[in-house]
Amino acid sequence: MTGLPGFATDSGATDPGATPGGGAQPVGERRSALQRIPALLRWESLLLLILALLVVEGARLSKFFLTGSNFSNLVSAEMEVAIVALPMTLIIITGEIDLSVESMIGLSGAILGWLWSVGIPLQVGIPVVLVVGALGGLLNGLLVARVGVPSLVVTLGTLALFRGLANVVLGPNAISDFPPGFTAFGFDNIPGTPVPWTLIVFAVLGVVFWLVAHGTWIGRQVFAVGKNKDAARYAGIRVGRLKTALFLVSGLIAAFAGVILTARFSSARSDNGTGLTLVVVTIVLLGGVDINGGKGTIPGVIIAVFTLSVLQSSLRLAGVSSEYQAVAVGLLLIGSVTAPYLARQTRLLADRARRGRPPPAGSIAPGEVVG
Amino acid sequence: MTLLPAPGAASGEPGTESAPPRVELRGVSKRFGPTAALSDVSMDLRAGEIHALVGENGAGKSTLVKILAGVHVPDAGTILLDGTPTQITDPMSARAHRVAVVHQEPRLFPDLSVAENVFLASPPRGRLGAISWREMRRAAAALFAQLDVRLDVSAPVRGLSMADQQLIEIAKALSMDARVLILDEPTASLSAHEVERLFTIVRRTRDSGVAILFVSHRLDEVFALSDRATVFRDGRHVITAVTRDLTPSDLIRHMVGRAVTLFPKGQAAIGDVLLEVRGLTRAGEFRDVSFTVRAGEILGLSGLVGAGRTEIARVLFGIAQPTAGEICLDGRPVHFATPSTALGAGIAYVPEDRHQDGLIMDFSIADNVTLPILPRLFPRLFVRRSTERTLARSYTDQLRVRTTGVDQLVQALSGGNQQKVVIAKWLATRPRVLILDEPTRGVDIGAKVEVHRIMSDLAASGLGIILISSELPEILAMSDRILVLHEGRVTAEIARGDATEERIMFAATGQVEPPDAPLPTGLAFAQIASPPASSEASDVR
Amino acid sequence: MSAELVARPAGRGVAARAASAVGRSRELTLSGVMVLLCLVVAFQAPHFMSLSNMSQVTTLAAIIAIAAVGEAMVIITKNVDLSVESTIGLVAFVVADVLRQKALPIPAAWLVGVGLGLALGMANGLIITLLRVPSLVATLGTLSIFRGLDFFVAGGHEVNLADLPAGYSNAASQAFFGVPLFVILAVVVVVVVALILRLTPFGRQLYAVGSNAEAATIIGIRSRLVIFGAFAGAGLLAGVAGVLWGIEFGTIYATSASGVALQIIAAVVVGGVTIAGGSGTVVGAALGALFLGLINNALLLLQMPQELLQVIYGAVILVAVSADAIIARRERRVAAERALR
Repeated sequence: MTGLPGFATDSGATDPGATPGGGAQPVGERRSALQRIPALLRWESLLLLILALLVVEGARLSKFFLTGSNFSNLVSAEMEVAIVALPMTLIIITGEIDLSVESMIGLSGAILGWLWSVGIPLQVGIPVVLVVGALGGLLNGLLVARVGVPSLVVTLGTLALFRGLANVVLGPNAISDFPPGFTAFGFDNIPGTPVPWTLIVFAVLGVVFWLVAHGTWIGRQVFAVGKNKDAARYAGIRVGRLKTALFLVSGLIAAFAGVILTARFSSARSDNGTGLTLVVVTIVLLGGVDINGGKGTIPGVIIAVFTLSVLQSSLRLAGVSSEYQAVAVGLLLIGSVTAPYLARQTRLLADRARRGRPPPAGSIAPGEVVG
Repeated sequence: MTLLPAPGAASGEPGTESAPPRVELRGVSKRFGPTAALSDVSMDLRAGEIHALVGENGAGKSTLVKILAGVHVPDAGTILLDGTPTQITDPMSARAHRVAVVHQEPRLFPDLSVAENVFLASPPRGRLGAISWREMRRAAAALFAQLDVRLDVSAPVRGLSMADQQLIEIAKALSMDARVLILDEPTASLSAHEVERLFTIVRRTRDSGVAILFVSHRLDEVFALSDRATVFRDGRHVITAVTRDLTPSDLIRHMVGRAVTLFPKGQAAIGDVLLEVRGLTRAGEFRDVSFTVRAGEILGLSGLVGAGRTEIARVLFGIAQPTAGEICLDGRPVHFATPSTALGAGIAYVPEDRHQDGLIMDFSIADNVTLPILPRLFPRLFVRRSTERTLARSYTDQLRVRTTGVDQLVQALSGGNQQKVVIAKWLATRPRVLILDEPTRGVDIGAKVEVHRIMSDLAASGLGIILISSELPEILAMSDRILVLHEGRVTAEIARGDATEERIMFAATGQVEPPDAPLPTGLAFAQIASPPASSEASDVR
Repeated sequence: MSAELVARPAGRGVAARAASAVGRSRELTLSGVMVLLCLVVAFQAPHFMSLSNMSQVTTLAAIIAIAAVGEAMVIITKNVDLSVESTIGLVAFVVADVLRQKALPIPAAWLVGVGLGLALGMANGLIITLLRVPSLVATLGTLSIFRGLDFFVAGGHEVNLADLPAGYSNAASQAFFGVPLFVILAVVVVVVVALILRLTPFGRQLYAVGSNAEAATIIGIRSRLVIFGAFAGAGLLAGVAGVLWGIEFGTIYATSASGVALQIIAAVVVGGVTIAGGSGTVVGAALGALFLGLINNALLLLQMPQELLQVIYGAVILVAVSADAIIARRERRVAAERALR
């Protein structure tokens, strides 16, 4: 899986748009700016195109589609997975994965509900669950970075562990007597606009992650680790510490997503969030992030968030039940990994067919490549 | 270990005179994109001979091996096996034609047993077609007995030494009753006596009538082992000759095609002690190593591969932790838990494997150069590309990296220029002690000289340099002092004026007295500095 | 020098044998832990060791064990199958639905179920080998796709035991000489697959591909085909497990067997099949399933909250894989230290 934006890379040179900073640094040498822009546009612009088509199709299906209330509905339904997708993007770029986020969403809501039910105010409860989230993420991170267990199994284990703890905390109960001020945060809009409060949260976090990933050296280190872990270590990057930190942030944000979900549902249940990991991973891969690490952009993931929410909303409007929406998400997940591969294969075949004339000679020093 | 009287071309193999050669290549060519890896190569390989194939990196040796192994299919030309034109389309068909390849890096299954590794491709079957483990173990034990090697055939391969793994590869080749055995730089990671054991086995295999192609860049091994030798240069066949009619300088001249001089270290003022190491030990790797490095000095670390040179460097750079001993920088004891602390203290390490450890191939030159110093360069987190470019450009200019600009991806550069980018990256950390691990391996000779010039300039500017190299001429030309290691211990410390190849080799092989027989040194004794002026000495095909 | 030459391989042999004994001992360790667990629990709750309770425990464990054997095949090749629970659920529902409509005689319905499992496994295999989707992503996708098919077939309904032929669930409680039928079946499956993995080229190729895919290609093993075979086999066994699931529970919902994948993977990992591929046995995986079943039952009998179960699954996975990682690291260090002396 090299060169994720597999559409129309010319001459087999690796896609320079994958270089971090590609998105966030508009100023640059003329040559590199020219190299960067089309590479950035390839996958993301395709996604935008799909998004636009979905919006047009949705509007055709229902007059209700382009209304403000539908917008706020479709957006607020997606915000928990959207914010969790941001740290997940960085984790997948480093070549790891966090499957435990859906259980952390459930655990955080369960603890919040339980604390509320025993009379502890939300002002205390919310910080507590955020700490729990960070600790859960830290556990993931330490097992991956220190003990050296593959993140797939670690987070599969904590997927069970966190959900189990949620069950222990809340049992089969549902806590739903939260104060209206709290639940309003989950689904209300900013007065006078169709913009839900949670979208503001996502916007702020999105900008922060965008800047971190593409504008700071932390982001550069994330990409370096994903592309070549050994070289990153030799360059003095503390790979273990970086990964641990990313898992910690992932747990923290998943816990926060649990708070939002609890507010939106006005209900804390131990099974809240079940199945959301699938959606989060789908968004990240749909956003053009390479499952094998090293490549991807935050803008791509942000576009993918809206693409997926519009798709799900259209399906809802078309009367498709949530079980079948999950099927669509599953297909999308597999499709977003296969599409670039198939495109690359097709291009390869086309190249091979076109190769009647010999390729231009001399751009690579003889011997160096062949060894 | 008896050498049969000159087998090779005139060996006693029946029918050598009339029978066609075991392998014959006629006009074989192979291109990769714009690069011609092999151009119109013709050569032959006879039953019962050891045929050495030599050439610089990129000469086309590996491509030829891969064509015979079925990894690549030639664009043009024919391959004849025993006179029959044959298509080797994939590794399976190479096996079917009983062509066996022992790759430089053993490719075994660490979780499976030795016996299974030998027989996995075609395991012995018992009743009902089931795999017979008893028969497999018996056959493997017999095979290793035949090779005069003691190995527990039921033990998993994980944890075996490189040399033992190499021997398993050879056992694999013998188990399939190979007609052609290709050894692709098999000695690269072996110690001296392991090399000797391997050679004994290779000779014995030849004497049983197998055609052996021995790919190597170690000239002493070529002369010790081969019956005939072929030289490739730039993907072309240069010469094939009976080895004993050749001299090392002939071979070198054919390989490089031009006279080459090393760039000896210039005079630099040797200053104060920068780095001092006392009694440094890491269990299982090296013990009780002590030395100093002064400003302006190049300390050569010599020794056979596996003697503990790289391991010492890894400890000095904080990648591995010592089990005993002390490291002092400017007289103060230091402890490096990670490379980042070592970097912070002013130590830089140019690793041996630049693809794996040195560079991020699809990062730009600028991104690679600034990677270790990003936190220092941008304390406020945000990266400024103009700063990065300026900085990277100053180093690439200084080191004369040939590039279209610092935004070029390093994977598009040649090996020598990539190595310069690695050096640039570490110079950007403004180190006080620079460790260079095989800095000229795999770079062309022009770039090699430039790397030597850079080292010399750096020493003159007051850096302390530790040079790890397997090439004696390089160590001799560049070092002010030479520390020789043998099996993890320092066996000699030789000043520049006293250093000779012989003295180093004595210490490197752990000999106290002169050895009885010529040593298999595993090093390229290249008389590169003064190529003989003689003209064509051998029969060019 | 020559003395050293002779001594080293021999010394290595002893150490290597010791190391491989540690590797093999996972089955022994697990058996020991289970005996201990049984003793402790039996002391607290005498009913635990009764024939009826043991039959119930082992019958349930047998279903998980059969699926775990398939999952082990996949994990040995360095892949993973998260979709196994959806396969079990879908197969169980389809078989029940076919029987409810009396469309086919019982054995034929079972055959359809097993065939469906095989087909779903092959679908996974095709996505992974033909479309080159990493197995984690592919089976995360099919986890929801297969479940969606389940909902489609169910159409919002469930199949009750009453809709099925009379005495349909009796097979689950049948026993021969005190050994439940399902357990006999599971033992047969384990033995057959263990023999395939030990004695056939395909079996050994599973290990080869998981241990070093590149080396496998060089000696002419068609890795993709082998991985496809592993997924097809896993699908087949998940189909068997799905049929048994239907017999055991009688009443089947569209959500049946949700969350079971974790239990199955936990069983495999606890049984000593390393997620890094290339090592482990299906016997270990089956013992892992039995171990988890015993814990489940012990919680019930000791009147501990059932909610703890998932916590324990999670903890057991984490402990087992961490132990693996720590042991592997120690072995590497020992090997490195041995390499020079």
